[in-house]
Amino acid sequence: MNSLEFSLLVWLGSLAAGFLGALTGLGGGVVIVPLLALWFGVDIRYAIGASLVSVIATSSGAAAAYVKEGYSNLRIGMFLEIATTIGALAGAFLAARVSPSAIAVIFGVVLFYSAYLSNRSRPERPEPARPGSWGTLLRMDSSYPTAEGIASYRVHNVPGGFGLMFVAGTLSGLLGIGSGAVKVLAMDQVMHIPFKVSTTTSNFMIGVTAAASAGVYLGRGYIDPVLSMPVMLGVLAGSMLGAKVLTRARSRILRIVFSLVILALGAELVFNGLTGRM
Amino acid sequence: MRAWTDDLVERVIGTLLRWGVILAASVVLAGGAAYLVLYGSSIPDYRIFRGQPPDLRMAAGIAKEALSLHPTGLIQFGLLMLIATPVARVAFSVVAFALQRDRTYTVVTLIVFAVLMYSLGRVAP
Repeated sequence: MNSLEFSLLVWLGSLAAGFLGALTGLGGGVVIVPLLALWFGVDIRYAIGASLVSVIATSSGAAAAYVKEGYSNLRIGMFLEIATTIGALAGAFLAARVSPSAIAVIFGVVLFYSAYLSNRSRPERPEPARPGSWGTLLRMDSSYPTAEGIASYRVHNVPGGFGLMFVAGTLSGLLGIGSGAVKVLAMDQVMHIPFKVSTTTSNFMIGVTAAASAGVYLGRGYIDPVLSMPVMLGVLAGSMLGAKVLTRARSRILRIVFSLVILALGAELVFNGLTGRM
Repeated sequence: MRAWTDDLVERVIGTLLRWGVILAASVVLAGGAAYLVLYGSSIPDYRIFRGQPPDLRMAAGIAKEALSLHPTGLIQFGLLMLIATPVARVAFSVVAFALQRDRTYTVVTLIVFAVLMYSLGRVAP
């Protein structure tokens, strides 16, 4: 296989990953690394570098569309980015000390967890936050458009969400993913922010988080231009296409199929990591 | 002059991000097309990790390679632009919060900006 054929195949794979990632809300980055490492025989460090770049492209590319709808909350996002960017730096430094096999195992476990998170039903929330909490002090409470008009919301448990965001950032920096699933978990479940606000704000944060580790990866020589080129262009095109289709149809079956793909890739990564094939 | 409401700030940021990505993707595409025309028949090998040469790791080297129109330098320059896009977004937010006289969030945003600058400092010796 020469460079031209290789690039075309990687581009097609990334296009599919970006498309399915946008359609299912799981993000394309989460399958790029296993795709490159398992199917294209790419060293996991190059795969992580290329994936990280595609994550920035997807997040920034989609932001304009989300902002227009008025869901994302700039203050919540910016405050939590302190945690995710410091976490991302920690993750990027950790990546140089952890063996590729161990990274593969951790990646596999994160894939299992992401598939689980996106498929379970969300439990109901308890009572509204008390006034005088961190969320009110930091003026995070806001409102968003719903079918029944403008609805206001209060933000709970800011320290808990902040802590989980640090974990999300570390995973992002270590594995080259957006870790949107963990970010949404922190906002939706821990901080009780409406789901729609959580997902759009998470998408907004992903690019900044990934940029914090991308500098370290670039400086360390993990980002290969020839490999990153088809990955970035493919995931970007795929996710924009997916976002267009998304407004028309959101298929439950597709989400289940994509989750099964993620589970299979996760199992293969864990197996290869444990048997030292990475 | 219009007031810098949160809504307006978010819309400007959205536009900024979109144009940053379009620009970066165009440069990557141009560099990639040039690479494949020149070296499309070479055999790629990513099995063994070697890391990039210094000229494709540091901002000055990347700019030099891009200016002399080396395909890999162009792609890397596009990727550097892409990484800079969210950083520009944060920088803009610092100014916007300062104009709103929102001290808390000016400081919050400055912290995020400092972390990003530290990271980007790794490519600018």
